[in-house]
Amino acid sequence: MTTLNGHIPEGPVAELWDKHRFNLKLVNPANRRKHKVIIVGSGLAGASAAATLGEQGYEVECICFHDSPRRAHSIAAQGGINAAKNYQNDGDSVYRLFYDTVKGGDFRAREANVYRLAQVSVSIIDQCVAQGVPFAREYGGLLANRSFGGAQVSRTFYARGQTGQQLLLGAYQALSRQIEAKSVTMRNRLEMMDVIVVDGKARGIVARDLVTGKLSTHLADAVVLATGGYGNVYYLSTNAIGSNVTAAWRAHRRGALFANPCFTQIHPTCIPQAGETQSKLTLMSESLRNDGRIWVPKNAADVTKDPSSIPESERDYYLERRYPTFGNLAPRDIASRAAKVVCDEGRGVGPEVNGQRRGVYLDFADAIGRLGKAVIEERYGNLFEMYERITGENPYSVPMRIYPASHYTMGGLWVDYNLMTTVEGLFGTGEANFSDHGANRLGASALMQGLADGYFVLPYTLSNYLASHKPAPVSQDAPEVKATVKDVEALIGKLTQAPDPKHHPDYYHRKLGQIIWDKCGMSRNEAGLKEALREIPQLRDDFWKHVKVSGEAEGVNQTLEKAARVADFFELGELMCLDALDRDESCGSHFREEHQTEDGEAKRNDADYAYVAAWEYTGDTSTPTLHKEPLEFQEVIPSVRSYK
Amino acid sequence: MSQENMKLTLHVWRQSGPQADGFFETHKVSDISPHMSFLEMLDVLNEQLVESGKDAVAFEHDCREGICGSCGMVVNGMAHGPQNLTTTCQLHMRQYKDGDEIWIEPWRASAFPVLKDLVVERAAFDRIIQAGGYVSVRTGSAPDANEIAIPKRYADSAMDAAACIGCGACVAACPNASASLFTAAKVAHLGLLPQGQPERLSRVAQMVMQHDLEGFGSCTNHGECEAACPKGISINFIAQMNRDYLKSQLLSASSLTRKTAEKHA
Ligand SMILES: Cc1cc2nc3c(=O)[nH]c(=O)nc-3n(C[C@H](O)[C@H](O)[C@H](O)COP(=O)(O)OP(=O)(O)OC[C@H]3O[C@@H](n4cnc5c(N)ncnc54)[C@H](O)[C@@H]3O)c2cc1C
Ligand code: FES
Repeated sequence: MTTLNGHIPEGPVAELWDKHRFNLKLVNPANRRKHKVIIVGSGLAGASAAATLGEQGYEVECICFHDSPRRAHSIAAQGGINAAKNYQNDGDSVYRLFYDTVKGGDFRAREANVYRLAQVSVSIIDQCVAQGVPFAREYGGLLANRSFGGAQVSRTFYARGQTGQQLLLGAYQALSRQIEAKSVTMRNRLEMMDVIVVDGKARGIVARDLVTGKLSTHLADAVVLATGGYGNVYYLSTNAIGSNVTAAWRAHRRGALFANPCFTQIHPTCIPQAGETQSKLTLMSESLRNDGRIWVPKNAADVTKDPSSIPESERDYYLERRYPTFGNLAPRDIASRAAKVVCDEGRGVGPEVNGQRRGVYLDFADAIGRLGKAVIEERYGNLFEMYERITGENPYSVPMRIYPASHYTMGGLWVDYNLMTTVEGLFGTGEANFSDHGANRLGASALMQGLADGYFVLPYTLSNYLASHKPAPVSQDAPEVKATVKDVEALIGKLTQAPDPKHHPDYYHRKLGQIIWDKCGMSRNEAGLKEALREIPQLRDDFWKHVKVSGEAEGVNQTLEKAARVADFFELGELMCLDALDRDESCGSHFREEHQTEDGEAKRNDADYAYVAAWEYTGDTSTPTLHKEPLEFQEVIPSVRSYK
Repeated sequence: MSQENMKLTLHVWRQSGPQADGFFETHKVSDISPHMSFLEMLDVLNEQLVESGKDAVAFEHDCREGICGSCGMVVNGMAHGPQNLTTTCQLHMRQYKDGDEIWIEPWRASAFPVLKDLVVERAAFDRIIQAGGYVSVRTGSAPDANEIAIPKRYADSAMDAAACIGCGACVAACPNASASLFTAAKVAHLGLLPQGQPERLSRVAQMVMQHDLEGFGSCTNHGECEAACPKGISINFIAQMNRDYLKSQLLSASSLTRKTAEKHA
């Protein structure tokens, strides 16, 4: 084990970024065209970076597996984006956003990164408005805000329930402008399969064309992975079906450390699973908790009864009971765990799936009685419609059913203050890196981070890298390039020619997801994690023997794409459990049952665990090496998070 | 509307590549729950196909919640199937009953070549945006976001137009395979905002030109696009686009059409 250096500049936190920016080297505009940068990913993090670097004059190649950059998973974000504009004059400031984010992350994020994020948040809104992002406005024509969980101020900017869509279209349009200007070459339907590392530096990627099946090599002076999060390791999640860990994982196998993999966010308000063939879970905006009351029957015997027939005295409004101050608005991690507790007690409602009812009521009857149906319809009409479309039930008359689902991953590629991984010249941005959210992310902060990284941080730090490293030319025939292509060919061969092919990759993904959900999901314990660490390698062996990929590798083959992604989830899943086992404390999203107070609240251990856990691949996925980056807090002194 | 599990007969379009001939292939699926989404029903079919050694039906999808615009197929002759304001991924099997036959085809338009089975190439949409569907603003050069007040009315209409998910259902539904609704939605979104004014006329000229170059047909006011649009984008935006386009042609100062002229050359 070694101690990692995050390359955080010295000095007061509020001055760091300005000073650092001044110290960073610049590339002369005339020389920029000589530098080529590959950006993998066209979500908020990738599209914003590609557009900005292209505009600055670098030769940029942007790659995504979608048919168009506009389809990246960022498009699905609903609620909003935070920024410390203080347009509401309600006491917000850069410092307060910084403070809320460090505390919300349960003191497992770097102060310096979080401060920078809060600082640049204000420029993001300016940039997006200038691009024509149609944020919601007040009658006076100025920008409107809403409040979001974990904050006492109203700092969230939004575009109806489609904020991610509008921000992504803004970035996509900026990117399109650079594509037209020929400063960015866009390559759709291309999946990165590996990173090419030459002399310890990232010099390109190997990719598979998803239409022809052909492998190609792409060489550059630096590579950026803006490839999103790995929430689909659980199989069911609110992420898009295609979201995966492959790019980050292949980089990990080539030397990039992977940080805090066990920090995964489980969102409390999603539509519960309806059956065993379900492919994804749909998020219902958290805002519903402002007016809906959450309950389950007091008695397990009542769970199949018509909810309207259950009298008040027989209902358990468990969040209001356990958290009288925050009630139904308790933070995400706390609300999620509380739902799991009542369902595990056999008091869950809705259909039985795999032998358990996983659902709790979110009931609007009181709010409709108090405010009238019209008000509720105005506030949540579109969400109610979406709910009805999916479940066939009308939430105005029958209480909604909700259950937590995998939603976001705080863990990811370890990056330093410059967003560079431990492989020189390989950068990680957006949800793919681990940088800013510690052990729990606050609502509306992921969009902010993706755009902060892409528009305002990476363009500086990447330029500095290019200005200070003169990479020797690499040819397509270099041994490292050829060897990487060979490795990818071997992998595809292994996936398409299992010794005894039997099962579709989804068969394995579902099983893997179930193990990780049960044992490394909302709550974890030593015995369960150890069991998972026995089960995962066994299932993985079975996968390599029996995975069945039909069709040709030379052409469109979505089964093959899926199989390759599942293979990487297997390895990541194991690392998540190892990380969760190592972190013998409860913090944020990571709840170790051994570490709780008498009334079931998380107990953090700052003396032993105030560090970032960054794992090194050793060739054997069961025995990675742990490196620690100690976390120091100068501004926000760690305290107990209480929402009682 | 069904509540029991169903047996269905599917006639699915199979085509191995852009140049190949396509055909309908018939499959039976059983035990389809009314709570499944349409795409989950296809997942069941694909799992069956793969496990029996056959090639899975290729179709596009990602978010499965009606926002990314990836999915899209013609179901029993209707783009995205029978339910109003609903993408294929949000269509649920409770719309069908036991014993139903379902015909599933790709979007049909010469500007959207079939890559495989139900997957078509929609890159033409990207090129229409590249032709001018943006505001030319450099990163970091923006004024304070509240410097320009925008009447809520305009901001709301801009958002109505910007809600387009770029799925291509408008093209698939149009008898002329026109992409006017898609193009008009972007022209209107930016044209309704003060930020979009400086380039308003050159934008519409370039985008319309690109639309035509891609081989999309012209709009003859059938209105099928609006009916098929899962986001309810209004056909009125096409009228707005036509007005702007006319203006741009009347004012066709050389500066305005420089790019257009280059494209023709
Ligand atoms: C339903 C939902 C709602 C949300 N709502 C909010 C919200 O209201 N506010 C908020 O702040 N956050 C929200 N989030 C979180 C937020 O949307 C994401 O964290 C964020 O958008 C991630 O952006 P990204 O650019 O890092 O990655 P993504 O948008 O996931 O983009 C990844 C890109 O990488 C490409 N890619 C990946 N792997 C490869 C590969 N191997 N080869 C080639 N290309 C590859 C993909 O094609 C894609 O272009 C929400 C998330 C979900 C699931
Ligand atoms: S899969 Fe995204 S809109 Fe249907």
